[in-house]
Amino acid sequence: MSEKKIIDARGTFCPGPLMELIAGIKQSEVGALIEVLSSDEGSANDIPEWVAKVGHELVSNTQSDGAWRIVVRKTK
Amino acid sequence: MKILIVGGGMGGTILANNLARRLRSELEGGKARLTLLSASDRHMYQPGLLYVAFGRMAPDELYRDQKSLLEPGIDFHVDPVETFKLDESCVICKSGKRHDYDVIVIATGSRATPENIPGLAENSINVYTEEAAVNFYKKLCDFQGGKVLVSVGVPHKCPMVPLEVTFMMYDFFKERGMLDKVQLHYTYPIGRLHSLEPVGKWAQKEFDRLGVTYETLFNMKEVDGDKQVVRSEEGGEVAYDLLVAIPPHKGMEVVEKNGLGASGWIPTDRHRLNIEGRNNAFVLGDTTNLPISKAGSTAHFEAEALAENIASMVKIGRAVRDYDGKVFCFIEAGKERATYAMFNYNNPPDPKPPTRSIHWFKMAYNQLYWSSARGLL
Repeated sequence: MSEKKIIDARGTFCPGPLMELIAGIKQSEVGALIEVLSSDEGSANDIPEWVAKVGHELVSNTQSDGAWRIVVRKTK
Repeated sequence: MKILIVGGGMGGTILANNLARRLRSELEGGKARLTLLSASDRHMYQPGLLYVAFGRMAPDELYRDQKSLLEPGIDFHVDPVETFKLDESCVICKSGKRHDYDVIVIATGSRATPENIPGLAENSINVYTEEAAVNFYKKLCDFQGGKVLVSVGVPHKCPMVPLEVTFMMYDFFKERGMLDKVQLHYTYPIGRLHSLEPVGKWAQKEFDRLGVTYETLFNMKEVDGDKQVVRSEEGGEVAYDLLVAIPPHKGMEVVEKNGLGASGWIPTDRHRLNIEGRNNAFVLGDTTNLPISKAGSTAHFEAEALAENIASMVKIGRAVRDYDGKVFCFIEAGKERATYAMFNYNNPPDPKPPTRSIHWFKMAYNQLYWSSARGLL
């Protein structure tokens, strides 16, 4: 089980949660888990859309305490 | 208290000058010592590279002698740090000299790394170094027409540059009567034209009005120079005649080599700007791993907050304020119009329509910067 990298992008607008995820995935090894915390409702849609388009795995997408927690596994 | 600043760019220089003024009596009385280490004896105004790329500033206008920018009382050395020993509160420089500290601030910046995408470095132009910006201008002047592709890597310094380069190229070709021979095409990594949603919406209207075509969710995977195409991680492919890259960036190698942070970005507390887990080591500007813009204004506002806190630590033993995430970015919308985006952790930007007056204010700021670096603005 690989260690989960957490990107806390709550309350930030630029470059934003998806861009931070893309940068985080580039830094990670295949198989790595990355969790993005976002206060931007749009992240709940645009991150899964990008993950599906590239072909990574969306592990979970949940909301709690006003933040979205989206976990992605790098697959390639 | 021995204060050590590593890096003589915008953040490190503003911090050093601000601290030197706040701690004048402590520095004179020997209660505090302020040392600045840099890799260069020259200070570059990096935002000016955009204007060099369009023949509107000469490269030598971007530089000042670093010493000439510094307040008295700052102990300045051109001697880059090679080893950080944070557990021992000291660094070792290239010369072999050791500097001990009570408080350290790391502000070593970032660098474009086009070599990290196969084929990108040898087949594209960019505006991120003096040499690259001069080459950009020459290539633009020699361009006879065809498809110009602006493609954006992640992460990158100065989030407005992709749009600014596109708008400025439009006016460049328009002025030369070449618009009928040139197609401008823009790709962006996420599902809109800019990371800031209001800026993205504004840019889309402008692109539609100007006839600039675009594609989103496009992350460069490789460039095939023989076929003149860029392929994306998402499976797309775009042809080009001239490729303008916003290359991906990394922090400086010395940060990675010392194990301070992956890709050269140091894990940093978003309010106090300390290295996570350490209360006497701080980070400024591009060097942080914070999910905010890597821009000069970010370094500037962080430096102001940090100067106040470090000075207070010397005077009363406590920090007094948080960095609130403030960023201010001009956006050149062509040759003679500009707007801006200002935001912080709690308030999103609300950019206004571009005007000539904001453009001329930006032109004025290109000169006022030197007062800013001195910590006067």
